[in-house]
Amino acid sequence: MKRKYLFVSSFALIILVFAVATVLYQNQKTSAQGSNLSKNQSVLERDGAPVKGPLDARVTIVEFFDPACGTCANFYPLVKKLMDQYPGKVKVMMRYAPLHTGSDQVVKMLEAAHRQGKFWQSLELLFSNQHRWVSNHVSQPMRARALLNGLAMDHDRLDTDMNLLEISKVIRLDMESGQALNVRATPEFFVNGRAMSSFGYKQLSQLVKDAVDEAY
Amino acid sequence: MNRTDIIPASQKGWPLLFTTWMVVTLATLGSLFFSEIMDVPICKLCWYQRITMYPLVLILAMGLFPYDPKAVRTATLLTAVGWLIALFHVLLVAGIIPKNVQPCVQGIPCSETHISLLGFLNVPLLSLLTFSLIGGLLYFTQRMESS
Repeated sequence: MKRKYLFVSSFALIILVFAVATVLYQNQKTSAQGSNLSKNQSVLERDGAPVKGPLDARVTIVEFFDPACGTCANFYPLVKKLMDQYPGKVKVMMRYAPLHTGSDQVVKMLEAAHRQGKFWQSLELLFSNQHRWVSNHVSQPMRARALLNGLAMDHDRLDTDMNLLEISKVIRLDMESGQALNVRATPEFFVNGRAMSSFGYKQLSQLVKDAVDEAY
Repeated sequence: MNRTDIIPASQKGWPLLFTTWMVVTLATLGSLFFSEIMDVPICKLCWYQRITMYPLVLILAMGLFPYDPKAVRTATLLTAVGWLIALFHVLLVAGIIPKNVQPCVQGIPCSETHISLLGFLNVPLLSLLTFSLIGGLLYFTQRMESS
């Protein structure tokens, strides 16, 4: 009997320690985030990264994404909806986080398309046809490239641009920023530098709402 | 037939087995804390170590009530497998085993570590130490029983 009591109370104690540690860690994370805000700002945005929405909008959503990521594709219309909800007040900047195998090549295509002003069209095409070029979470760059043939742009230039050193540099920069900001999964959103407390559309729209209320 | 035939001859190993269970449970929840609360990515090798660690929580608990020293046998086998994987993982991180023979070149590389406590204690090393501790405790439980 005594042993059973010892066993049950030890187990309860361990669970309690786990719960307390969880709460403490979450609190510490939230407060650390606040103090990191100014430090984050310098790695958050990159000049020349694809931006949608009015440039003078005071709320910026920075999204780290992987074109092969299913959740990113699902969130794409939702982010658009958020921008429509606050017309003229919100813009979104896309930054690359090619976490899936093979995505590094696809991201290069997107950046090359960006040079021709075709980033958003290319991205929409890739997102809406994701099942055709991503299988088992692995990107098939050749198939993605074939899809892009359907868009009107200079395709020879796209192929040469893809392999430019500058484009690799841009992507490396985005990945380094992602690491500095602790981006470990996609999509990751930062709204005026603030991250979601936990992942979800509700949390994102709340974050945007707060930022709009604060800025306007 | 006297009573000693029904309940195990000796109960000497119980406190040690209980301690082992505590270590295993703490290690299990600790690893879950890293992955679920701190969002540390989990590589393949970590999963293999988890596969040998997590069942110990239940196997040892069953070995405690009623006390059954045979649980040590099962637990030892799992611990040995986990220990070997942890050793491989530590050597990989330390760079002693070259990267090109590592099993997880895709996705999350196992040669990367994300946490280091006190400057040197990373997760694979923590795992190896824990498996060693569990192995030691199981060994002494067994010795207590056979002595």
